[in-house]
Amino acid sequence: MLRQIEGSQAVAETVARCRPQVICAYPISPQTHIVEGLSRLVKAGELAGCEFVNVESEFAAMSVAIGAVAAGARTYTATASQGLLFMAEALYNASGLGLPIVMTVANRAIGAPINIWNDHSDAMSQRDSGWIQLYAESNQDAVDLHVQAFRLAEELSVPVMVCMDGFVLTHAYERVDVPTRQQVDAYLPPFTPRQQLDPDAPLTIGAMVGPEAFTEVRYLAHQVQRQALRRIPELAAEFETVFGRSAGGNVRPYRLADAQTVVVALGSVLGTLKDTVDEMRDDGIRVGALGLTTFRPFPAEALREALAPAPRVVVLERAFSVGTGGIVSADLDTALTGLPQRRYTVVAGLGGRPVTKASLRAVIEAALADELAPMTFLDLHQSTVEALP
Amino acid sequence: MFQIRIHGRGGQGVVTAAELLSAAAFASGRYAQAFPSFGSERTGAPVVSYCRLSDAPIRLREPVMHPDAIIVQDSTLLLQVDVFAGLTPDGTVLVNSRLTRAALHLERLAPDRVVILPATQLALTHAGRPLPNAALLGGFAAQTGLLSLDSVTRAIRDRFRGGVADGNVAAATDAYHRVLSRAKEQVDA
Repeated sequence: MLRQIEGSQAVAETVARCRPQVICAYPISPQTHIVEGLSRLVKAGELAGCEFVNVESEFAAMSVAIGAVAAGARTYTATASQGLLFMAEALYNASGLGLPIVMTVANRAIGAPINIWNDHSDAMSQRDSGWIQLYAESNQDAVDLHVQAFRLAEELSVPVMVCMDGFVLTHAYERVDVPTRQQVDAYLPPFTPRQQLDPDAPLTIGAMVGPEAFTEVRYLAHQVQRQALRRIPELAAEFETVFGRSAGGNVRPYRLADAQTVVVALGSVLGTLKDTVDEMRDDGIRVGALGLTTFRPFPAEALREALAPAPRVVVLERAFSVGTGGIVSADLDTALTGLPQRRYTVVAGLGGRPVTKASLRAVIEAALADELAPMTFLDLHQSTVEALP
Repeated sequence: MFQIRIHGRGGQGVVTAAELLSAAAFASGRYAQAFPSFGSERTGAPVVSYCRLSDAPIRLREPVMHPDAIIVQDSTLLLQVDVFAGLTPDGTVLVNSRLTRAALHLERLAPDRVVILPATQLALTHAGRPLPNAALLGGFAAQTGLLSLDSVTRAIRDRFRGGVADGNVAAATDAYHRVLSRAKEQVDA
């Protein structure tokens, strides 16, 4: 149903239609409106059989989620920023135990200095946690990815993070086709846990594994992620059949044909980037964009196929690894090894700094002129740098 | 694409104003995007929200830097904030105030670009609360011709219920007709 709705509320209503049985969360900006929305729906009796558990911290939220899903309940939570970091230990337990929790990360910078605004530092810091990470470009995308996330998580018994840009998406009102319960039911079957804690049929989940098998456990986890890379596009295709619109997948090419420079990006900046690409194409400049929807597992083959013809690749990073550089760039360098192309890292939009069309155009033009440094910080205020002690 | 920036103070409903505007545009079949300026809002502090209207899907996520229209919920901001920053050459201004153009030092803007509306008074009269959003929305619809009074009414009724909805619809309707008749006077003069 088409609605003019806040991103957080659209996600809350969509998650509700996925029939979660346990929701546990601790509020943190900019995730708060999502869990507030869900708590209202639960209180209003619109989620029959769903328990909303108020917890005292994010660590508790993830721990309760682990217990709930191990007991066979479809389980959802959401967090952001420092909240995600506080979950870190439990995140690895959820993935290591193969527990299909779905979690929204309303992407926000990490302090210090304290900053509540959007970038990707939080989710990127957990890239090795064994969770699948999907990044939403718009609120429609965020909604659609959540429906696919439950299906993917439960089929493969692996937890999934849906990353949506804090404030930029969570607090934006726009037109969203909010899935109906009938549509969701046609796509998402009831949860059938691979293993289930049951006092009448006791089993152990999470026993100690020593040197004799730990490598094999991790090897198998890697194989599941490889399997996810194949399954994600199939689930996206099936989604399109049921819902009549395209969403999900591993990568999304945009005007790549004959592009001399391709910009790779994740999340909501793709909208501004696509508008920039259109304007530059109108001026006869051959540029394109590649959206990375699935960051974990990393779709190296799809990226190599899409980017091989491009003489220049610019990676737009909304986070970076201090002391090294681009996080996506490092993965991409591995994926694109041996290709005769120039690659650039542009760190953009940290701590909520807007990424504008004008700045993107300037960066792309510099790349086209081969005048871009290998790594740059978009719109860096040199005067501020010099003024800081 | 038509871009709007709304200035107000924390607690006056600046974010709600942008959301209502986007809802009215949606009600008239347009695409619309509303978003706040994402500060740590505090009651009384200057705050900003944005709205984009378009006949095509909106992908752009940068803040509105060159608004086609500005709405000022609190005229004391005129002395404190550069509310006209980036306003397009033909851009319009809607100010909530009981004062005149001269008293507000708005003479540098051509008369047909400025509407001054006592929106807080209209809100108090019709809805019994000093929240100027609905009246400003009605005034904006009349000033720009971008929205019908019907779509404004639908957006308000979608958001509010009962007497609050009725009062806000009355305030918006009063504002709409005031601004329309004033524009007609200007044309006739």
